[in-house]
Amino acid sequence: MASIKTTEKLSQTDLLIEEYGYDDHFHDHHDEDKFQSNFVTTYIFSQDHKTIAKQFLITGMFWGVMGAMMSLVFRMQLGFPEESLMWLKPILGKWITVADGVGTLAPQFYYALVTIHGTVIVFFVLTAGLSGTFSNLLIPLQIGARDMASPLLNMLSYWFFFLAGAIMFASLFLSTGPFSGGWTAYPPLSALPLASSGSGAGMTMWTMSLVFFVVSVLLGGINYVTTVLNLRTKGMTMWRMPLTIWAFFVTAILGILSFPVLVSAFFLLLCDRALQTSFFLSEIFIGGQALDHVGGSPVLYQHLFWFLGHPEVYIIILPAMGIVSEVLSIHARKPIFGYRAMVYSILAIAFLSFIVWAHHMFMSGVNPFISNFFVIFTLIIAVPSAVKVFNWIATLYGGNIRFNAASLFSIGFVSMFISGGLTGIFLGNSAIDIQMHDTYFVVAHFHIVMGVAAFFGMFAGVYHWFPKMYGRFMNETLGRIHFWGTLIGAYAVFWPMHYLGMAGVPRRYYSFDTFENFNHFATINKFITIAAVVVFALQVLFIINFFYSIWKGKKVTSKNPWGATTLEWTTPIDPGHGNWPGKIPAVQRWAYDYGKDGKEFIPQIVPLAEGETEEH
Amino acid sequence: MNATIFNNEPKTQTKNKIHPQKFALWIACASIVMMFVGFTSAFVVRRAAGNWLEFDLPILFFWNAGIIVASSIVLILCQRAFRRNNIKLYKGLLVTGFLLGVAFVVLQYEAWMDMMNNGIYMDGNPAGSFVYVISGVHAAHVLGGIVALMAALVHAFTLKPFVTKARMHRLDLTVTYWHFVGVLWLYLVFFLVLNS
Repeated sequence: MASIKTTEKLSQTDLLIEEYGYDDHFHDHHDEDKFQSNFVTTYIFSQDHKTIAKQFLITGMFWGVMGAMMSLVFRMQLGFPEESLMWLKPILGKWITVADGVGTLAPQFYYALVTIHGTVIVFFVLTAGLSGTFSNLLIPLQIGARDMASPLLNMLSYWFFFLAGAIMFASLFLSTGPFSGGWTAYPPLSALPLASSGSGAGMTMWTMSLVFFVVSVLLGGINYVTTVLNLRTKGMTMWRMPLTIWAFFVTAILGILSFPVLVSAFFLLLCDRALQTSFFLSEIFIGGQALDHVGGSPVLYQHLFWFLGHPEVYIIILPAMGIVSEVLSIHARKPIFGYRAMVYSILAIAFLSFIVWAHHMFMSGVNPFISNFFVIFTLIIAVPSAVKVFNWIATLYGGNIRFNAASLFSIGFVSMFISGGLTGIFLGNSAIDIQMHDTYFVVAHFHIVMGVAAFFGMFAGVYHWFPKMYGRFMNETLGRIHFWGTLIGAYAVFWPMHYLGMAGVPRRYYSFDTFENFNHFATINKFITIAAVVVFALQVLFIINFFYSIWKGKKVTSKNPWGATTLEWTTPIDPGHGNWPGKIPAVQRWAYDYGKDGKEFIPQIVPLAEGETEEH
Repeated sequence: MNATIFNNEPKTQTKNKIHPQKFALWIACASIVMMFVGFTSAFVVRRAAGNWLEFDLPILFFWNAGIIVASSIVLILCQRAFRRNNIKLYKGLLVTGFLLGVAFVVLQYEAWMDMMNNGIYMDGNPAGSFVYVISGVHAAHVLGGIVALMAALVHAFTLKPFVTKARMHRLDLTVTYWHFVGVLWLYLVFFLVLNS
């Protein structure tokens, strides 16, 4: 933990804000009263970005636990298919079928679990819980704004997310079960209400939930972009923004441009479901009966879905990258290496993410010559990604690194991103994809590169900014146990899956008992399941640490406990509405002046000394 | 755009040339555009796959293009009248613009009826379904604009006739969105003509 702060520095902060800051007469209007006058406006329908960030985080954590528990249930099935699951009957009820006293997971519920696990982790946890939390918390604080451009839309953004979650949660209790056609909701399983038990009411609620979710993302994203472009404080030029802000800004743009395409896909899907159109449905039989649909194309849905779907993975990973860049630089006590290269690589990744979607569809009957185009652009993404990895490692190199939970998770992120990124180069090749597609190799790849890695970025952010959120520290020892256990455990879960995948074990299968050649993987599957249970237990430890620390954690005693340069650490320890009690601080330099001119760090509000140049 | 974004001059929160809300509106429009990009590119891809019914667009689609352009012009004049404190003209033009907007939606409905009378159904060949979906989702966005115009009418007829910055700004947001749905329709008609 940092011990470099001095009380002298702190009073200096206030003086600097007073001297150079910008007076917007915010507190003359007594806006606080309007925003935080009673319990409901303070904690529930709050329009304060910091409270909304906490709402996003805790709701995201709820869904994280739900998604993880679902994965444990289907991992039980995969690891121990012979064991009785009678002990789950009190929770899962009729989805555990009993024969001779042995409880078995119902196959259709297995598919529902896989589907909802994917949906909630991708959208509710790693989109809303990650970028929703940290965009809300950090954008106004780090650019020096009182709040978002529209606090009202910001509040609505959270409550639409909440509504989406409530509908999804309710769908778990349908007698026909939640949607079970995979998180990508490909037709015909998603387009024909009779296609499977989850395709009826389950799919209807799934779609409703996601439409509200898109509304939430758009309201949030419009706000983030507008705030970053319009509400930066005096002196905060684009090139002085911390990389977190760059990442959230570009993420929001990606969301605004890609989620509407998902809505158009859902709209056409709904027409197919309800109005008997044939956008995605061609000649098809159900129960021996030919349906009226003629001439639709399920591949058309895949194009529309993945036009969102691919940018979506960067919507997930870019905020994590931004957080990691910031946390690594602060805890290595070094400027981020290659700041501009970091920004350009974010922009390059964002641009490329729109022209690679069909690499999810190499085996869907896409013309192999068209695949070539997508292979090339997919592989080009490795270039900006490698630039980022190089810069993170170069930032750490020779640094005076503090190994605390936040920085460890950031380093863990880099490890995961490299491991998962390398397998992406395999899968980006349409020829290798013939063997690898729809196997556990794919599962291993995306779980490491955008699942675990994004979670690591999120954990780094939570440990690092927890003092800003709650005015207390999280327990450091538990944090380190959480880190080492999760790092080893996550590799133990996903590393072996590569071997399964290379041997051709298909993903999403309920059982492999009819495939003799996969029998020898039974032990690996047991091992993975046990590792998954251990990793889950460690996340419970994290949640206990989180909630315990909110009330009982070690108190933050200085404004800038990490010795960081950015503006959020110039606010009071418990910032009220409007963030700064007096003037808004003015920015005089970039965000990464660590170890410059013999000083350990120079906050952004400190003016350039005489003869000092701002080179970066 | 780069010149303003990457401006290295120190900025203050008051020096913005564009109001944040108007900026947010533009971004919202961009996201609506992306939705129609989704529909229209699906249209192109599906059409290229064959089994596609070619039919003439209802003539009312073209009339409506004229109507929505007219309504936009009326609303520009209305804005100008308001700025010049000509309250009577402002109210009159706002009502006219609103009525033209309602006429647009009613005539779109008539256009769908025409299509149905010609045997083009929602649940028939995707060629027809696409036209219904594209014009229908567009009409939904026009309805949103009509709701905004209704709010503007309420303001015009209930608030005291003062020209304030806040009211000018509010009217500006409404009219900007209205122009957007108008231009969107012109593009969609152009697109449909080009592809049939």
